[in-house]
Amino acid sequence: MISQLTRDERSSAMILCTILVIFGGVLGIAGRDDVLGFHGALLAACGIGLLFMIMNRYHDAEPDPDGIKKYYDDPTKVGVIVSMIWLVFATFIGDWVAWLLVFPEATFDAGWASFGRLRPVHTTGVIFGFGGNALIATSFHVLQRTSRARLSDNISPWVVIIGFNLFCLMAVTGYMFGITASKEYAEPEWYADIFLVVIWVVYFVLYLRTLARRQEPHIYVANWYFMAFILVVAILHIINNLAVPVSLGHAKSYSLFSGVQDAMTQWWYGHNAVAFFLTSGFLGMLYYYLPRRAGRPIFSYRMSIISFWGITFLYMWAGSHHLHYTALPHWVQNLGMTFSIILVVPSWASAGNALLTLNGAWEKVRDDATLRFMFVAAVFYGLSTFEGSFMAIRPVNSLSHYTDWTVGHVHAGALGWVAMITFGAFYTLVPMLWNRERMYSSRLIEAHFWLALSGTVIYVFSMWNSGIIQGLMWRAYAENGTLAYSFIDSVDAMAPYYVARAVGGFLFFLGGVIGLYNIWKTIKMPAQENAPVYDLPPVVDPEPAE
Amino acid sequence: MTKPERDPYTGLMTTGHEWNGIKELMTPVPGVVKFFLAITILTAVLFWILFPTWPYGTGYTKGILNIDQRGLVEEDLTRSAALRATWEQKFSTTEFAQLEADEEAMALVRTHGARLFEDNCSACHGINADGGPGFPSLIDDQWLWGGDAETINETLRVGINTQHEDTRFGEMPAFGDQGMLDLKQRRALTSFVISLSRPDELDQKNMERLPEGKELFAENCASCHGDNGKGIKDVGAPNLTDSFWIYGGNADTIQATLKHGRKGVMPYFEQRLGEADRRLLTLYVRDMGAQKNE
Repeated sequence: MISQLTRDERSSAMILCTILVIFGGVLGIAGRDDVLGFHGALLAACGIGLLFMIMNRYHDAEPDPDGIKKYYDDPTKVGVIVSMIWLVFATFIGDWVAWLLVFPEATFDAGWASFGRLRPVHTTGVIFGFGGNALIATSFHVLQRTSRARLSDNISPWVVIIGFNLFCLMAVTGYMFGITASKEYAEPEWYADIFLVVIWVVYFVLYLRTLARRQEPHIYVANWYFMAFILVVAILHIINNLAVPVSLGHAKSYSLFSGVQDAMTQWWYGHNAVAFFLTSGFLGMLYYYLPRRAGRPIFSYRMSIISFWGITFLYMWAGSHHLHYTALPHWVQNLGMTFSIILVVPSWASAGNALLTLNGAWEKVRDDATLRFMFVAAVFYGLSTFEGSFMAIRPVNSLSHYTDWTVGHVHAGALGWVAMITFGAFYTLVPMLWNRERMYSSRLIEAHFWLALSGTVIYVFSMWNSGIIQGLMWRAYAENGTLAYSFIDSVDAMAPYYVARAVGGFLFFLGGVIGLYNIWKTIKMPAQENAPVYDLPPVVDPEPAE
Repeated sequence: MTKPERDPYTGLMTTGHEWNGIKELMTPVPGVVKFFLAITILTAVLFWILFPTWPYGTGYTKGILNIDQRGLVEEDLTRSAALRATWEQKFSTTEFAQLEADEEAMALVRTHGARLFEDNCSACHGINADGGPGFPSLIDDQWLWGGDAETINETLRVGINTQHEDTRFGEMPAFGDQGMLDLKQRRALTSFVISLSRPDELDQKNMERLPEGKELFAENCASCHGDNGKGIKDVGAPNLTDSFWIYGGNADTIQATLKHGRKGVMPYFEQRLGEADRRLLTLYVRDMGAQKNE
């Protein structure tokens, strides 16, 4: 890693590490009576560790000056590995909280192990730890290949990868200490949020500067999606997290918005986090790795355009469908609902574009579990976007809201779409990245595929069942106008489905462990000697644009 | 930029763009996509015409059907009130004794009452109403404030140690924390309290403390728990001579109770449940106890 940096870059890296140490130190001292102090110390310790790493290698030989003529893939490699570690960790926590719903005592009487603290560890770990690292890693890879340009500098990709993971670490450790902003998928507190804004701006600038060096005058679809992901997530993150800290020495803050405005801001954020983090970003991934693996051209350039602008425009309106039948004014609910219904068309056009791209490569889908991962991902993308639009219809929502159906829907998207497309992308990417002939074991990929698919299907089916039963029990009235069931009756009725869900989740977790092992063993394999040319080389500008 | 070329598999032309080997076909947008785009947009527009949707500065379009969710909720509530009217009047006005003798009324108590109990009471008193540490059992025929229907109904209405203006108020003082009794005195009292229900459990050392404990009890405790320790229901002070304990009857728990005091809370339900529901719940609680003791 460090040997690939020039001496000047090592110096700038050390300056950045020093800034991190100072920032962490100031937080640590200001917040010494609070969890904030722990997080400050964490940042400072990380900065000191990095400083020592760089100092150790500072006088090592400078990298080969011709290295600049190659793509810069070290950050991608780190991102892939870290992403898989987050996956294993966060799905383990997820399965734990699933079992907590079956055996509520499994918390060892410890505050950090209570359901309310572990659940955000699971969601943040999966969405940001696993998904975020996967997106950052693949976006660097895709960006360089589709632009035929090396990343615009060697430092900022590290700022993005390391900084983003520090943010994730602050988030999940904070939850266990009881630190939360109480906003779903935006639980980290103000200092971590500000930290992420800096990281994210570096990411966006890096992306734009690299893209500015592209050789093909047209920007490839994958990059539209990655850019939408980076830009919109920045907007969402900043606005939803506007808050006033109790003091600069405390982790606690209060949202700038209150009441139903706060709820609407939160779900405008929440829904578009699903849209631009979990959809746009991963569509970017799909648009590169699926045609690469299938060896087929994209089915329709025009469908790409329609889908991209349809998704980008329509999602922004749809957030209010999370607040049907609440204090939110009726017209806001209705407006969100109508846009949610239109949204199904560009979503299905995207899924269709992906599936039709496989025309001419179906025998590969049959034989190659890696491509099959991406095929199944596109199918689940279609299923869960249809389900989402359906659930956004008010009368449907009156049944599904607050039930496990929502949980099932989210996991159809997260397990079936987000995770599957990532596995497909990683299994395509890893041998190329490390210059290995193939993945360590294709049988393990096959095993991972079936574990992931069966786990997802079991999970989603059990949540459909439990959700619809819950919804029906809650709304059931006797003829005399009294409730037919008490709430605890509905909890009792969930027991078998909660067991099934936890079993499904365990299968999925097991698949992730196998995936991590397989990737690790692939990295440990010897490099191939006569490597095929995976990529056209970057076109080196005689005068690199600055 | 490469030139557009014909894809041998589909026979379609590519766009002529290429990114690291990835090309795109010039396939026109399929008719089905356009069709459903048109259908969904038309549906949305129709919906905008019929229902409230678009804001315009000072207000929003009401839609020609003039429907609002507040009105819908009110309709639901009216419908539900009409259904409930078939029995609510009877439960609000009829004497408890008469209701308890009425099989039809008690059938409703055993269904609707169970729902009410499970949704409102079981979190503390347990699904079988047998209580738990800190929360009294409701089926052991031992009552802090009295177990007749009127009294239970009143406890439900105002709660215990609540914000309700008529709340029942009962507090066991923190004799230790407030410096009223020292450790030796509290030990003596503990021995005496145990002697009220389980005298044979006491060893020699404890027996020696009894005279002092008895004296302290008369001075400090009898005003609430009664001279004989059998409790006084008017102030919600429990009987200490029986085998029923809310917080626990072992020496350690009694010590803790004497040191830190107790002030259990039961929420009031006057705002949460209507009169008919509260009276029905009263009957359900009594009925559970009666069935247990049959």
